[in-house]
Parts: sequence; structure tokens; C-alpha cells
Amino acid sequence: MTSLHTQSEASVQHRQGLPRALMQRQWFAPLGALLLIILCMGVVSPDFLSIRVVDGHLYGSLIDVVHRGSSAALVAVGMAIVIGTRGIDLSVGSVIAISGAVMAVLISETELPPWLIILAAVGSGVLCGLWNGVLVAYLEIQPIISTLILMVAGRGIAQMITGGQIVTFHGEFFEAIGSGYLLGIPWRVLIAAAVILALWLTMRKTALGLFIEAVGGNARASRLAGIDSRGITLLAYVISGVCSAVAGIIIAADIRGADANNAGLWLELDAILAVVLGGAALMGGRFYLGATVIGVLIIQSLTTGILLSGLPSQYTLVVKAGVVLLVLLMQAPEFRRSMAAVLRRRQHED
Amino acid sequence: MADMTQPVLSVRGVGKVFPGVKALQGVDFDLAVGEIHALLGENGAGKSTLIKVITGVHPRDEGEVLLEGRAIAPDHPGEAQALGISTVFQEVNLIPTLSVAENLMLERQVRRGGLIAWKQTAAQAKEALKTLGLEIDVNRALGSYSVAVQQLVAIARAVSLEARVLILDEPTASLDSDEIQTLFRIMRELKAKGLGIIFVTHFLDQVYAVTDRITVLRNGQRVGTFVTAELDRVDLINQMLGRELAEISAHRRRDSEQFAGLTHRIQVEGLGRKRMLNPVSLDLSGGEIVGLAGLLGSGRTELTELIFGVHKADSGRVLLDGEPVSLRSPRHAIRAGFGLCPEDRKQDGIVAELSVRENIMLALQGRRGWLRPISRGEQQALADEMIAALGIATPDSEKPVGQLSGGNQQKVVLARWLVSKPLFLLLDEPTRGIDVGAHADIIQLIKSLCAEGLALLVASSELEEIEVFADRVAVMRDRKKVSELSGDEITQDNIIEAIAQ
Repeated sequence: MTSLHTQSEASVQHRQGLPRALMQRQWFAPLGALLLIILCMGVVSPDFLSIRVVDGHLYGSLIDVVHRGSSAALVAVGMAIVIGTRGIDLSVGSVIAISGAVMAVLISETELPPWLIILAAVGSGVLCGLWNGVLVAYLEIQPIISTLILMVAGRGIAQMITGGQIVTFHGEFFEAIGSGYLLGIPWRVLIAAAVILALWLTMRKTALGLFIEAVGGNARASRLAGIDSRGITLLAYVISGVCSAVAGIIIAADIRGADANNAGLWLELDAILAVVLGGAALMGGRFYLGATVIGVLIIQSLTTGILLSGLPSQYTLVVKAGVVLLVLLMQAPEFRRSMAAVLRRRQHED
Repeated sequence: MADMTQPVLSVRGVGKVFPGVKALQGVDFDLAVGEIHALLGENGAGKSTLIKVITGVHPRDEGEVLLEGRAIAPDHPGEAQALGISTVFQEVNLIPTLSVAENLMLERQVRRGGLIAWKQTAAQAKEALKTLGLEIDVNRALGSYSVAVQQLVAIARAVSLEARVLILDEPTASLDSDEIQTLFRIMRELKAKGLGIIFVTHFLDQVYAVTDRITVLRNGQRVGTFVTAELDRVDLINQMLGRELAEISAHRRRDSEQFAGLTHRIQVEGLGRKRMLNPVSLDLSGGEIVGLAGLLGSGRTELTELIFGVHKADSGRVLLDGEPVSLRSPRHAIRAGFGLCPEDRKQDGIVAELSVRENIMLALQGRRGWLRPISRGEQQALADEMIAALGIATPDSEKPVGQLSGGNQQKVVLARWLVSKPLFLLLDEPTRGIDVGAHADIIQLIKSLCAEGLALLVASSELEEIEVFADRVAVMRDRKKVSELSGDEITQDNIIEAIAQ
């Protein structure tokens, strides 16, 4: 009776034939779910798995998933870091709209060099992050409320910048960001990958990641251990602002215009979902950038895959939600335990 | 005297196995009608597990539990409560956002025509608390009261149910001495009514003050059951530890001459803050342990917090070797070489989700800033060294600290400061809620740190402990320093006298 629990866990591992160390890695469950989803999509529509080279560029549904997922991945890693501090950033969609608006207006109305325009757009993200961070860290307003303010006001600010119009632009440089390729790989994927890699290195090769997790886990104790809790929290929101701003640049470059009303709309929800799919708790204290990116890919392959499968589009959202629920259940320790017990019992009956 | 013939609760040969650990092995335990029975043992001895088996939190693997002669097997504490076994757990498990009355009367509200009669409910709640000597506004949120009051409300809730057995799991950890006296009075009243009470505590004084019998557990087994009046304190500690606590009693107080040549000197000059602490002055040198004695609320914790920059002082200053130290925040104090082990480990000490290694590195890394990370290899070496040196009981350095026992969490917080090599360490109740074994380890550690030239300021409510390690004692009362004792003046009697003046 007593050792049933451990035995059943052991047998599950044995059955899967995987070493325990690998199974305990944070990215294992999300990655397994992603591969399973891709496999299922491949069975439903074999076309999903094919990758072709056309005009020296990679083409195919999987490439499309990465392509479309790149902006969401940027937003999600920023979100993961903020959630790591026991916060949340609802303003990411609005920051996307603001940075896109800043970029579009500067391109169409000034002769500034592209790098300066990029800098200005990123700078708008920094300002948004500072605003959120000051409200949360220094004025101690609850994160959900603090960022809700910018979530609402941000779209208004973006509309003021664009004058209420959809501002379109032309320019080789920016069109390349939106739809160009380097060595067969889309530029936007490379940009997102570079930013995410740089963030990962900053988090894990310096002590910043540790500090963010310490502050998220116990802000009071961290302060007493000599960590500048407020400064760290502020920095997390600034990082999220920058990530969203870069996503905004990519999205605006893609449609060659700034749509203050719709750019990045509801993206905060996908981002939060991706963080959770990556195995992080909204209570803070731990965050996983790699697993978060996998979470984004899960969501994106579902979206793309369901479209491709020929399922009527009105089913898309419900199917997506169902699969997401399933993935979350697979990660819940309580659910895993009871499933293991059921499997064990069945084995006895056999 | 308690009636020993018919135990109200009887545990026979109970065993409980957790993966890899035999938490309980063949434990027998009898609780007589109208007796207060202490359940003692180090952390990990099996006290909590035994209580959880009795109350149905954990199913038992073998043996039986009899309530008034009938075998019971509750599935959860609610069922145990319905059977007549009420439990007050160490951590208050009430709902802080609800009012005191709502908490107290939850599921037992006075009903009239299917609706809750709030006025009567509140009146009943008030009445129930009155018997505990607690007269508070029962309509205020429970969370707005101190932990002590919350604890008493939890006890009131347990008592007001039709209980035959009351289990108190370390109920006194957050109570001050008056509140403890109130609790003891209530315990005696309940005992007179024929209730059997199981009392789990770390405070041996309380065991002798209020219990009839003592059962000692060690490593999941029962060492023995003793009549309290017939077992002296040294024997009791020996039973709990299974070894002689020689090092605690053999303390030689060094004379102050010895420190004259040593390096650092800390001078606290009139440090104070309005409504928090009246200006306090205090001198310390490296290699010296100064005890900070006083009752709860006397200003002990406040003084350590002001010195460490947790709150900004509005008068006075702190000098290190004659130079003023900036105390704008803990970070500034740490930069000057100060360290603080706070009183409330869970709230202010550990980061529960982070590993033992990460918790140990935190202060050192904090001092270096995030741009100069300590290499993983170096972290590992430091963590392993500390785990070995302090005897931190953990399978490896990657276990989340939240999963360790209280004593080991405290050692981790101490280790955090030791790796950052402070020259002045403030310890606020370093042994609170810690089992006797870890207690001795920590006292030993405090002494060896001192021998290495560290200056230590140790606030403690255990006078016995202060008497053992302190070279000097500052006595606090009513948020000011009232007296300073040194050398042979340091006796429990003298400290009590200074507090009581």
C-alpha cells in the first residue's frame, strides 16, 4: 500500500524508458507536448510537416509557425521575466501599438536614418516599461492594475501618435524586417532569436535571473539580503517594454503600417498562456525562457495547424483551448499522479 | 490527578512510511482523560507525523488509533474534529480576510429561518472569546489582528467545538508571556472539564509549567513516557537528543580584556526612531557577543532593524571604527560589512522556491551586483562547504529551501551571511522554533564565529540561552535600553530583575 505511489511513478518512467534527469528538466513536458501536437497535425494534414526551398528561402507550415510566432515569442519572454518577479504586464499589446506608431510616423514624416527610427521605437518601449515599473516597484500599485492603466491608455497614445489613421509607409529597410530573408531564414525570426538569446544570456550568465527569481519568490527577504528589489522589479518591466517594442517593430514592418487599434491586440493573453505552458507559476519565483518559447510555438502550431486541417474556422478557438487545457493537465503534478495510479491499477488487472 | 485507567485516546503500534523514510515505527501513545500531555522530540522525530496520523491528514500504514476504546480512522481533520479531536496547527489556518466572528463561527452560525443571524452569531463569538480573556471587536477582519490574537481565535474555535481531545501544535511560538499565561489558564480549565490535551512545543519551561506527562519521540520511535514532575530537565534533554548536551553547559565567559587588541569596533550612538525605538547607545567589538534581552515588543527587533537599515533611524548614528556608516537601506549596511538574520525566517529570511545553493549565495551575490556573477563552480563549492560545516540536513544543494525543516532553514540563512564574510552579525531570535539539536549547533556556531573575531548582537527571548553565550547583555524594556550587564552579573535572575524593574 505504502509504496504504491513511488512504484507507480517508477513504472511510468520505466515504461517510457527515459532517464529521470531528462524528465525533470523544465522544458521536457512542453517540448513533448509540442512534438506531439506537430505529429498529430502531420497525421491530419501531411502537408504540415513538409519544408521546401523556394527561391533559396525556406517554405512550409512549420516555417510559418516560427515566422508568425516570432513576435509573440518576444512578448512572451518579456512577460515570463515580469511574471518571475510575481508581476504581470497587461500593457504589452499597447506597447506594440505605440512602438509601431512611433516607427510608422517617423518613417513617413521624417528623413531620419532607419537605425535612429528603430532606436526611437525601442525607446518608446523603454519609457512604457519605466512607467509600469515605477507604478509597481516604487508606488507599490498592484501589477495587474498598474499595467491595466497603460493597456487602456497605450492604445489611446498610439492613436494620438498616428492621428487616428492607419499610417502606412514604404522603405526597403523596414520591408526587409517584415518579410525579408537572410540565408533562407526570415529576418524577423533572426531578430527575435537574437533578442531572446541575448536575454537568456543576461539572465543565466549574470546574476540577474537569480535576483529576479529571488525578488519574485520573497521581495522582503531579498531586500534584507541586500538586493535592490525595487530596481530589479523596475528593470523587469523595462525589459518587457523593450521586448514588446521590438515585437511592435516587426509587426508594423510586416504590414508596412501602424494600426493603433489592432496591432498586438489580445497578445498579452497568448503571452501569459505561453509562460504558463512553459511551466512557470503566476506566483513568481521561477521563470523559464526556453520553455516559454516552446509554449509560444505550441500555441502558434495549434493556430496554424487547425487552419490547415480544414476544420471549419468557427471551431478553431474551442479546439485550441481544449488542447491547451490538455497540455496544462499533463504538467499538473496532481493530475500526473492520479493518471499514474490509474495506469498502475490497470496493469494489476491485466 | 488524571485518570490513567481509561485513556481517551490511545495509539497502538502506529507506523508510517514516506518514500525513503520511516517516519513512525511502532509508536504507542496514551492520552488520559483530563491530562495535559507534552509530545516532545527534535524536528524530524515524528511529532508532526504522529499528529497528522491521529487527525487523518496522513493515512497510517500500520497500528490503530482508539478514541474512548473505539477504533477510528478519520480521512481528514474535519472528520477527526467531528469525532471529537480538535487541532490547532502551528500555522494559523483561518481565513484572514473574514471577520473574527465569521472565522470563529464558520459553519456554526446562528440561523433563523435558514438565514444567518449575524448579530447573535457575533454575540456568541464575543462570548467564546471572553472565556479566553480576549475582548476584541469580532467584526473586524481577522488579518488585522496580531498573529497572537489569531492564534487565540484558532484555539477558541477548536475549544468551542464539542472536543474530547485537543491537540495544540506549537501554539505558543508567536505568543507573548501574558498570552501564554492566558493559554495555560485555559488549558488547565479544559483539563478540569475532562479534556485530554496533547501539547507540542519547543519550550521546555512551558512543558514543566503546564503538563502532567511527557512522551518523547526520537527518529520516529517512542523513547519513553514520563511523569513530568519526576523527570528533570537535563534528563529530558538527554532523552530527546540521545546524547549529552555537554557543550551548552560548559561555557567559560572570557573577560573583556581579551578583545582589546581586536580589529573592528561598532558604536551605536543614540539610534532611534519615533514610535519605534527610543535612542539606544551600545558599543561592540570584534570577538564579542552582546545579548539583547527583553520581552516581545520591548524594542529588541526594532534595534536590530534600525542598525541594519531596514527602517531609517530619525536620530543617532552607527560608527564603524570611528567612521559613520550609511544606513539608508539594508544594502548600505551590508556594504559596510553588516549582516542580519531576521526573526521571521519565512517572511524575511528564506526565498522558499530557490534552492539551498541559491539562498546561500544571495547576500554575497547581492553585494557584488548582478553584473559580476559568481561562477557555478564557485557557488557549488561554497554551498557544499556550508552544508558540511553547518550540518544542513538536505539531500543536495539544489533542493528548494522551503522543503527543509525550520532549523535547517535557519542554518541556510546563517550560511548566507557566513559566505559574505560580515564583520558584524545581527541575529534576531536565531533559535526560535528550532529543535534542540539544531539549537545546540547554532549556539556552538555563534561561539565559534565570535572566536574568529566577528562582532555579534544576538536578540533572544530565551534567557537561558543568553546566559550561556553572551559576554555582555543589553536589556530592553518599553522600547528603550534599561540596563547593561557584563561578566558575572549575567544571570537569568539579574536579567529578569532588569526587565521587571
